[in-house]
Amino acid sequence: MNMLTPRKQRLVLVGNGMAGMRTVEEILARAPGRFEITVFGAEPHVNYNRIMLSPVLAGEKCFDEIVINDRAWYEANDVELIAGEKIVAVDRDARQVHGANGTVRPYDVLLLATGSNPFVIPVPGVNLPGVVTFRDMADVDAMLAASRTHRHAVVIGGGLLGLEAANGLALNGMDVTVVHLMPTLMERQLDVAAGTLLAGDLERRGIKVLTAANTKALLGEDRVRAVQLADGTELPADLVVMAVGIRPNGELGKAIGLTTNRGIVVDDGMCTSDPAIYAIGECVEHRGLTYGLVAPLWDMAKVCADRITATAESGYAGTVTGTRLKVTGIDMFSAGNIAGGEDCDDIVLRDPARGVYKRLILKGDLLVGVVLYGEASEGNWYFQLLKDATPIGGLRDNLIFGQAFALGGGAAADPGAAVKAMADDAEICGCNGVCKGKIVTAIAAQGLTTLDAVRAHTKASASCGSCTPLVEQILALSLGDGYQQSTAAKPMCKCTTHPHEEVRARILADGLKSIPAVMRALDWTTPDGCSSCRPALNFYLLTAWPGDYVDDAQSRFINERAHANIQKDGTFSVVPRMWGGVTSAKELRAIADVVDKFAIPEVKVTGGQRIDLLGVKKEDLPAVWADLNAAGMVSGHAYGKALRTVKTCVGSEWCRFGTQDSTGMGVALERMTWGSMHPHKVKLAVSGCPRNCAEATIKDFGVIAVDSGWELHIGGNGGIKLRGTDFLCKVTTDAEVLEYCGAFLELYRQEARYLERTAPWVERVGLDYVKRHIVEDAAGRAKLYAAFLHAQTFAQTDPWAERVAEDAASRHEYRPMAEMAAAP
Amino acid sequence: MSAVDLIDGWADVGTLADIPRLGARIVTSTIGNIAVFRTAADELFALEDRCPHKGGPLSQGIVHGTGVSCPLHNWLIDLKTGEACAPDHGCAKTIELRRDGDRILLRVPRG
Repeated sequence: MNMLTPRKQRLVLVGNGMAGMRTVEEILARAPGRFEITVFGAEPHVNYNRIMLSPVLAGEKCFDEIVINDRAWYEANDVELIAGEKIVAVDRDARQVHGANGTVRPYDVLLLATGSNPFVIPVPGVNLPGVVTFRDMADVDAMLAASRTHRHAVVIGGGLLGLEAANGLALNGMDVTVVHLMPTLMERQLDVAAGTLLAGDLERRGIKVLTAANTKALLGEDRVRAVQLADGTELPADLVVMAVGIRPNGELGKAIGLTTNRGIVVDDGMCTSDPAIYAIGECVEHRGLTYGLVAPLWDMAKVCADRITATAESGYAGTVTGTRLKVTGIDMFSAGNIAGGEDCDDIVLRDPARGVYKRLILKGDLLVGVVLYGEASEGNWYFQLLKDATPIGGLRDNLIFGQAFALGGGAAADPGAAVKAMADDAEICGCNGVCKGKIVTAIAAQGLTTLDAVRAHTKASASCGSCTPLVEQILALSLGDGYQQSTAAKPMCKCTTHPHEEVRARILADGLKSIPAVMRALDWTTPDGCSSCRPALNFYLLTAWPGDYVDDAQSRFINERAHANIQKDGTFSVVPRMWGGVTSAKELRAIADVVDKFAIPEVKVTGGQRIDLLGVKKEDLPAVWADLNAAGMVSGHAYGKALRTVKTCVGSEWCRFGTQDSTGMGVALERMTWGSMHPHKVKLAVSGCPRNCAEATIKDFGVIAVDSGWELHIGGNGGIKLRGTDFLCKVTTDAEVLEYCGAFLELYRQEARYLERTAPWVERVGLDYVKRHIVEDAAGRAKLYAAFLHAQTFAQTDPWAERVAEDAASRHEYRPMAEMAAAP
Repeated sequence: MSAVDLIDGWADVGTLADIPRLGARIVTSTIGNIAVFRTAADELFALEDRCPHKGGPLSQGIVHGTGVSCPLHNWLIDLKTGEACAPDHGCAKTIELRRDGDRILLRVPRG
């Protein structure tokens, strides 16, 4: 070693988890290059985000997506990672750590971040195969493996971790029961009212909840078979997840003689009883408290890095924690003292119909506790008031209604803070590539005050619309009090003051059967509407008076007018129907002949199991259709706000796993539903077994065969915003599948707004609403089904054949009006 | 269909009845396709059949008032001037159109 260069200080981290690695990152930020760093991890992985294990189990993320620091990061930062080796001894005099495989590293500073261990309740049978905890990636792998081969899961523990495990297992198709010792779920975060709502929501997702249930033993011989409760009840269980809590893992600290209590005791500088050894995260005990959430880790890591690098004399003073449950679709937030007490006041808002419950706990002029259930978007604002100990004062009257209301006019504060903190080059609208700076500049320079104006000038949120809330927040931030978000039902378009629902109601009540009649009766402000309202009106008339309304071709989008999809170069694409995705040599030959005859440049297989002929000239369309018709093929309606495709797997006819004839069911469904028009495109799928090869759970109406019948799923799509279906119900006969499908589609097209797909519609009206009409009300279902079948008698005419049969003069849509010669 | 002849640069391309109300037809020409629009009030307008945005065929759009919404990205083009409605910028070329009784005549600029 060069004698002139001082030796780098050696830092050894034991524990390659979130707390330790965050500290290393903080140290590198404060003193790059000062330390020679070695990290030991007992798990064989790089550092990953443990709190995201729930989404991994739920299938919403994969392991790679939750990695925080990959191997390249360790290399780039010159950090030595020894993964998969546990530290078994520390020689505090010689300042060396010893690994289980014999690795030895000297240290100047040792940082312990050994985390916590899941608490396993001491009952007979806990060592049986099939009993797991929920702590690391290996546990997730074990649960996922069990879900593929076994049916019944019991989760012991109805806290945050247990419920996330239960949700994940249910999403993986297991029959899940949660066993909880206390009378209500998540009792440390939720009061009785909120805990009861949560239990109801979980049960609606098919998760059984047993509270006040004491586990006595786990039964089984070679593998766990059942959970026995103290009252003698036996719950069948092929998988048992122990999620009753965690205990700080201070074993190493204790073994090497550091002061430990429930965890390794640290001072406000995160230093243990040995000044060369620091400890951080879930393994520590600070001022008598231990922590099991992520926010305290970040606070501790900052202090610890300040102290180790001697850059600041900061101190850790504890963290107020807030909790959210990571179960998609369940909105809750909890923070602070939720027990209340004699010196506390409660402000409570309950809306049972919406499943909303909000309770604020005040002590004097301070907010000390928050419980939000069903609607938790204001959680961050309350949490900030609580952490900052902001005097509530005059806010008290309206505090429960949230920030915008309480502060009056939606002035910027915390919910907007994330948007406020975004850099100007942060992309807001991914469809149109619009960044925050561009929107802010446009608002200021053009004096924009409405969402529509921002859309018009910048295109932000003008395509898929999923960034609309962000754009609205930018507007709110830019305009402050000047921006008032509209909450009233929005008019259909700028041509009218009436919202969609009102227009539909009037069409029925007043017997309006043509677009001009609707416009006259409802005082349209434009003579002939616009490209937004006219297609909607045409559709509303079609659903209200099938067979008896005046269709207006000029009010249909070109694709529906021309029965083909317009492409960017003005040519069209043609998709013949293939019932249930089944075709034949004859059809394929005819398609091949058409491709040759009309020199069609591209042939592509679609996601809905069809063949797409791209680049057809408009004037060729009728001739192309005539040839396809001659081979027995009809329009696939790939161009319409209509029933598009029924995707199927091969099912029991061929597949060794198939339980029912899914292809036959798909063909039957497509024969029943083809030609039907809807508010938006509608896609169906039928899978022959729960392996679900036809991807039925991302379809508007999905059918999955099980041994005893058919599971029906609704409201999924793979579009702009991926949404898995909701489980509607199970039926046993083929006839029931057809009836439920027809009734569901009829309800959707009678009630959803034009251009609203089933996914947002189901979210807007609620799954319960759909179930009430389709599952619980047999007479109503039969009526809807009959209405669907009646409408189909008018809809099931092949539009291609109709155009082919027309005489040449009425086919003028497809031909130029004239050809002009060159000027002389 | 045979090409129509030019008389003083004007071409007789057809009659009002050839175009659906609130619709359009195209006429092919040496400068590309020309879209001839008919409004609800039977006014007629001709524009080159190219949206100033991405070249979409305006003839395939929905006609309302004296405008047409492009079928590709819904830009609204004023049929009288060919101008895109604010805040969009751009202009589709207008083509001279004259009516002689029931007949529709177009004149394409030279060169």
